[in-house]
Formats: sequence, C-alpha cells, structure tokens
Amino acid sequence: MIRNEDQFDAVIEADQRIESDDWMPEEYRKTLVRQIAQHAHSEIIGMQPEGAWITRAPSLRRKAILTAKVQDEAGHGLYLYGAAETLGVDRGDLLDLLHTKKQKYSSIFNYPTPTWADVGAIGWLVDGAAIMNQVPLCRCSYGPYGRAMVRICKEESFHQRQGFQIMLTLAQGTDAQHQMAQEALNRWWWPSIMMFGPPDTESVHNARNMAWGIKRYTNDELRQNFVDASVPQAEVLGLTVPDSDLVWNEERGHYDFGEPDWEEFARMVRGEGEMPAERIRTRLDAHNGGAWVREAAEAYAAKHEEIAA
Amino acid sequence: MSTGWPLWEVFVRARRGVNHVHFGSVHAADGETALQAARDLFTRRQEGVSMWVVKSTDVVASDPDDEGELFDPAEGKDYRFPTDYELPAEVDHM
Amino acid sequence: MAMTNAALLTHVLRHGDRALVLAQRLGEWVAHSPELEEDMALANISLDLIGQARLLYTYAGELEGEGHDEDHFAYWRGPTEFRNPLIVEQPNGDFARTIARQFLHDAYALAHWEAMRSSSDTTLAALATRAAKETAFHLRHSRGWLVRLGDGTDESHRRMQVGLDALWPFAGELAALDDEASLRESGVLTDSGVRAAFEATVSVAVVEANLVAPVPVPAATSGGGWDGNHSGHLTGLLEELQVLARAHPGASW
Repeated sequence: MIRNEDQFDAVIEADQRIESDDWMPEEYRKTLVRQIAQHAHSEIIGMQPEGAWITRAPSLRRKAILTAKVQDEAGHGLYLYGAAETLGVDRGDLLDLLHTKKQKYSSIFNYPTPTWADVGAIGWLVDGAAIMNQVPLCRCSYGPYGRAMVRICKEESFHQRQGFQIMLTLAQGTDAQHQMAQEALNRWWWPSIMMFGPPDTESVHNARNMAWGIKRYTNDELRQNFVDASVPQAEVLGLTVPDSDLVWNEERGHYDFGEPDWEEFARMVRGEGEMPAERIRTRLDAHNGGAWVREAAEAYAAKHEEIAA
Repeated sequence: MSTGWPLWEVFVRARRGVNHVHFGSVHAADGETALQAARDLFTRRQEGVSMWVVKSTDVVASDPDDEGELFDPAEGKDYRFPTDYELPAEVDHM
Repeated sequence: MAMTNAALLTHVLRHGDRALVLAQRLGEWVAHSPELEEDMALANISLDLIGQARLLYTYAGELEGEGHDEDHFAYWRGPTEFRNPLIVEQPNGDFARTIARQFLHDAYALAHWEAMRSSSDTTLAALATRAAKETAFHLRHSRGWLVRLGDGTDESHRRMQVGLDALWPFAGELAALDDEASLRESGVLTDSGVRAAFEATVSVAVVEANLVAPVPVPAATSGGGWDGNHSGHLTGLLEELQVLARAHPGASW
C-alpha cells in the first residue's frame, strides 16, 4: 500500500510498479502526464507524414500495409491517452494542450515526406529509433504506461520491418528507385539520430527521471545503440550513411560518428517553419471540423439513455 | 473542454476457457459505439472472442485507504491451504 | 464457355473496382476524421475493402489468363476500363456525406455478399463468407452513424439529410444490373433477393434516423459506372492512386 513518500520510494527502489490509485509525488505525476501525453501526440501527428502516401501507395500490398501501420499509430495514441487518463486528466484537455502548442510532439514529424522512399526510411529509422526508446519504457515504474508500452512494442516491430523491406526493394530496384532510397536516407539519418534528444551533458531531467524509473537509459546510450544497429542495416541495403565521420572504433566496440546539427534540432523543437504549422493545422481542421459529429453522438446518446448493443 | 464522450473500460476474453481481462479504455458516446471502438482498437490481431465495455463511472473500486482492512486479514490463515496439513505418508497424496 | 468467362470476368472486376475505389476514398480520411476512434474505424473498413479487391483482382487475373496480377488491374487500367458503380467514386464531402455513401453501399454490399455465399463459383462463395462478415460490421458502423447523425443535433440532422439527398441518385445503380443473365443461369449469381433486402435495409434505417427518403426507394438506373461510364471524379481518383506506380513502369515495390 502506497500512501506516502517513503512507501513510494520503497516500491521504486524495489523496481516494482506504481498503479493509478497509489499516492505519488506531484512532480512524478506531472512528469508522467507530460511524457505520456507528448508520446501520444507524437503518435497521432505521426499519422500525417505517412498517411499522406496511402492514396499513392504503388502496390495494393503496400497500400494495405501502410494503412494498417497508420491505423496502429492512431491506436497507439489511444492507448497512451488512456494511460494518461489514469493519472486524472481528460483526453480532450490533453488535445487542447497539443492544439495550443503548450505540449509538444516529437519534432521528427516536422520533416516532410516528399517521396515514397521517405515512408520506407521512416519505418526503418524513425520507428527503429522509437523502438529503442520504447523497449525500456515497457519497464517504466508507472504500471499503466509500462503496460501500454508492451502492447505498442509488439505492434511496432512490424512497422520497422515493413519500412526496411520498402528500402530493400527500392535499393535493389531500378536506378531511379535506388537513388530515391539513398536520398531518403540522406534526409532521415540525422533527424533520427537527434530523436534521442540532446546530449547527456545538456539534458535537464535525466537523473531524476532515471531515479524514478521513468527513464531507463540515457540519451547518448540509446543514440549509440541506434547507430551500432543501423549501420550494418544500411550495409545490407547497399546504401551510404551520410556521415563522413562514421567509423568503427575497435577499442570501444562501437561506431564513432559525427556531431549532429543541434542548431537544426533546436529549430525543429521550437517548431519553426511551415511544416509544424501545417501539422497542427491539419489536426485542428480534423478536430474542430469534427465537433458537430461528436456533439451529434452525445445528443443521440442523451436522447436514448439505454442503448442495447 | 472535454470531448464529451465518456470513458469506457474494456474487458476482453482471449479465447474460450479464460476470463475477461481488462485491456484499457475507449471514449464513446454510448455502449454500442464503445463496443465497435474497442473491437477496432483491441482485437485487430485476433486478441479476443468476447468483449465487455463498462462506463468507467460505473466501476466500483476498492479504496486504497481500505487496503488494510480489505486485504491484510487474509494473511496468517494458513489453515486455508492444503500444505498446512501433515498426514501419514501413505495418504499424503490427498 | 468463353461467353460465361467474359461475363464472369466483368462481374469480378466490377466488384473489385467497387471495393478499391471506395477503399481509396476512405484512405483520404485518415488523420482527418472527427475523432481518433473514427480514424481507426474508417481505416479498418478501407483495409477490408482493399483485401476484397486484392482477392477479386487475383481471381480476375486467373480468369483472364494473360498473367496479370492484382496490381495490373489496380494501377494499369484507365477510367474507361473501371467498372465500379458511380456511388463509390463520389467525393467524401463532409462526414455526413461520407456516411450516406458508405451506408447505401454497405446495405447493398451485405445483401450481395450474403447472396453470393451460395454461388456456384467456389472462389466467389468462399470470399463471400468472409466479405459478408466484414460488410456486416461496416454496415453496423455506417448505419449507426446514419441514425446518430439523423437523430442527433439540428445541425447533424440537416447535414445528414443533405448527404442522403446527394447520394441517393447513385444508389439505384447498385442493385440494378440487368446484363448478368448468363451468370444467373450458371448459378454464379443467386441474387434474386438482393434488391429487396437492400431496399428494406435502407428504408428501415432512414425512418429510424428521422430522415426523409428523397423518393421511397432508389430508382433503378443503368448505363453508369458498372458499364464504364464514369464522372470526372474517377479520373482524379485514379490519377492519384496510380501516379507513382506509373512513373516507374516495370518496377517492383
């Protein structure tokens, strides 16, 4: 039973789970609400760059796969909003915070998807990075979030595999397709590296979140793992990673790699440029444009109190 | 400003012979659409054969403050377990 | 025999095209729906329809016997070759218009697939068993929204009536095919009850939704999309669907 800070600390120390009816420090609750909500916002905003290619998918199989993937992303958003709601917030309020830019989403989704190969690159690299972030979260101290993450991780691995398969087919296809794939890799490599956030030296909340079991590995640890995993994958694809400083370091047993453009990262996080505005505008159009539909459902339910299934 | 659609808790039976298990929640204006939403959200990969949706406000939950009086007294009543009974070897398979 | 195959091929393509064009329209809603649960629902319907289209196109390839696969039929035919009914190529409009289109389509499609379960064509009968279940759920969803919008708020009622009025003229084409006599003779089609079932489903739901049917039942029409006579809507839809595939002839994806 957790009714005070000592009991809370003991449960965290024992690497056990905090549940929704436990006492928790207000900072813990607020941090989780923000982290879970921003994760959920990322999922639903993330539907846009890839969703744009559903109508142009170049084969029926790819059309089905991409539709299923984007549908999963809506689902992930729903699982996460559900987890956040166990902490005493309402989904509608969280969406308001997204719409008014008081809460963020992953800035990776502020990049455009000009070609089909971008869909492949997102699946391979962005979902690959997301998986690396998310697997440790399955052991997050907060039960509902960890359990949502277990479900999400199970679904996410097909996302990465289908993306890699798109890239492989392109890389091994016509010259035009191969070039399309290489250019997409050139566009998505650095943004994916930066998905893990700023360097540990500059990351403010790391220590506390790690102590609370909300974060399990540091940004730089995850980033290194990602590079180590992805470079051999690029080799299988026969594509060139756009980093001239990339080299295997025998002594460390890891790849050395170049410095990301943190200025660009800061710009993307600040939401500068046309694409962030478009992402929010699309969200708002759907949300505001759909208000009459939601209201109709409520009105009908009120009129017919007992709806039998 | 809320969406106005209430929250529903979703319970799914994975297959014949097992209990309905809590899977999570959906927002819907009524029970029929809650079932449809839960079906689309939670059973895309053949996770279930039966589903219940219950308005979250209809769930009666035990108060964590009552944990002591509700659940601690079950401790120390070893006589409820077969292991508490020593019997001659010839009949110990009981 | 050859005549039956040609008629059967046309039949199969009609329904493959019906499914694909409607799936394409639904794909346009993803990330734009009134609620996340609706993004899920419309994506689900689209996926089921893509699945039906793929099975039908694959079967069409076998019947045609020229080595064409599912993607050939989807990406390498033009608007004059498509045989979908006009209703599915109509633009999405607002959510009420989309629901009007979906409901009228689903009411017909369920009656069609239920009848096809006893088709003498084993491929179509097997597909019908699965498609009937999928379509029953689609109808549950679209009928549910027809009623909720029709009997919701004043605004939703107005929009739902406008949507129904707009799509009603296209409903008549659905259960009015009159050139499939040979398929009836061979037992491929056993659809004598389809039109009646379709009309009954529609009229009951319209009343329950507090809406007014423009005319009592959709007037049967012919010479439309089933016969390859399409509106400009299909041209634009196919351009988008096919643009990438056509930019790279012979490529694999």
